[in-house]
Amino acid sequence: MTTQEAAETGAIESPLVGGADPSTMHAGAYREKSRPRLLAEIVLPPLVMGALIASLWYSVSYGVLDERRRFLLRPPHQVIEVGFLDWDNFSEILSGLWSSTRVAMIGLVIAITIGFVLATLMSQAKVVERALFPFMVTLQAIPILAIVPLISFWFGTGQQSRVVVCVIISLFPILVNTLFGLQSAERGMHDLFTLHRASRLTRLRKLMFPAAMPAIFAGLRISAGLSVIGAIVGDFFFGLGDVGIGQLLRKYANNLNGEQLLAAVIMSSALGVTVFLIFGWIQNAAIGKWHDTSDSGI
Amino acid sequence: MAADELAWCRCQHLGGNELTAASTTTKALSFDGIGMIFPDGTEALQDVSFSVDRGEFVTVVGPSGCGKSTLLKIASGLLENTSGHVSVDRDRIGYVFQDATLLHWRTILSNVELFAELHGIARDERRRLAQEAIDMVGLTGFEHHYPKSLSGGMKMRASLARTLTLQPPVFLFDEPFGAVDEITREHLNEETQQLFQREGFAGLFITHSISEAVFMSTRVLVMSARPGRIVAEFDVPFDYPRKPELRFDAAFAELSGKVSAELRGAHS
Repeated sequence: MTTQEAAETGAIESPLVGGADPSTMHAGAYREKSRPRLLAEIVLPPLVMGALIASLWYSVSYGVLDERRRFLLRPPHQVIEVGFLDWDNFSEILSGLWSSTRVAMIGLVIAITIGFVLATLMSQAKVVERALFPFMVTLQAIPILAIVPLISFWFGTGQQSRVVVCVIISLFPILVNTLFGLQSAERGMHDLFTLHRASRLTRLRKLMFPAAMPAIFAGLRISAGLSVIGAIVGDFFFGLGDVGIGQLLRKYANNLNGEQLLAAVIMSSALGVTVFLIFGWIQNAAIGKWHDTSDSGI
Repeated sequence: MAADELAWCRCQHLGGNELTAASTTTKALSFDGIGMIFPDGTEALQDVSFSVDRGEFVTVVGPSGCGKSTLLKIASGLLENTSGHVSVDRDRIGYVFQDATLLHWRTILSNVELFAELHGIARDERRRLAQEAIDMVGLTGFEHHYPKSLSGGMKMRASLARTLTLQPPVFLFDEPFGAVDEITREHLNEETQQLFQREGFAGLFITHSISEAVFMSTRVLVMSARPGRIVAEFDVPFDYPRKPELRFDAAFAELSGKVSAELRGAHS
């Protein structure tokens, strides 16, 4: 556990009985980086990389592709003009994005609910874990394309089927992480609860769930990202009803609207990043005070 | 053995149940012919018999892996012994583990409150008990810190405080200061010894440090290598409260030497 090491460096020993003074204690006493260094080390590298990508992009658009084939990769400024600054085009992308976000969130909520319930049951009885786990792995292993026909056969080709795709694709990480988290409380902590004759429910509430929080949040972030992918993929195949971002991507590709296609791709990626950041923020607000996120590499 | 020369040092080689024969009402904890064979066939303990009275602080020293910790697990009921009999009031045992086992997600105050909470004690009362215990171990001012910002020694203090809240008449210590540095360890020894004096519990302490054992205890038992048996017993005559200087006293060194000699014998 690296938490141990952080504690060693971030704290001092209290000198004598009753003589400990909290004012002498400050965690993380390393010096802050100076402003110019911050700029040079943190802000500059991605800017330089961005400029490199943009110039490569331009050189492909204008250097590699001739006039007739330039629709394959429109230069950046045209993508911005047509895809983002033209409100008619941009609002279409936004509404598609919103539709897919709703689908992703509904799917995620369902996956979280199923994942929590199953993981809790599995943590309470080894036999349930042994019974369920192989099937969860099997479900996870099915390529989503392989069950697309089955999903449309059962749930039609509308919104419902898109949600089903989201659930299937995002269930596994949240389930496995929750289960792993519930099983992560140390043996000694369990002994404490055993010695004081804690009930099963008390043990679950006061020990296993709090101990599982870091793993649960890690699972949530992965599942949320997958759910967004699921919504886009699902939308691609099940186009009945609301027009989601997947439908738009297909439409732009068919109509050779290169600028809008790229704008839609960029916005999809932005959605993924936003979801990831939001869950990171929630995690930090919920458990940041006691858990070193950087320790676990999550 | 030179032990016989010192009037205050009773060193006897124990065979069987000699100790349990003297039954008194002050016994807080007694082991009677305890044997432990694990499912994999490992014999951890063999015919261990001794008792700890109220107001006694007994330390068991022994080579690592000799079954010392197993003895505490059996006393607390975490493990079921395969033979013999333990008598103790299990509802009122304080058990301090090798690791501080603080819950990372709780502040120190809330960690110290845990046992009282598990026993259904009302919020105000358990807060009062926790604060009292925190003051007693010298963690005043750290109530709202999380364990991650505390050093190893401070975590151990918090763990001690948590056990103190229920004022158990029997205290089991499973090598609690093994992971802290020497200076901190000596401080904690002095404080534990003060707590013992103040609270008057029956203490059973496990360690492999001879100086720690002699410094704190009223009696030191030496356990043999696996299967663990009690092979020697020493009364420690020094008065409480014991001062740090005691460690440099000739009598202290002499007694430590004897325990050490027994321990070396127990190793083979």
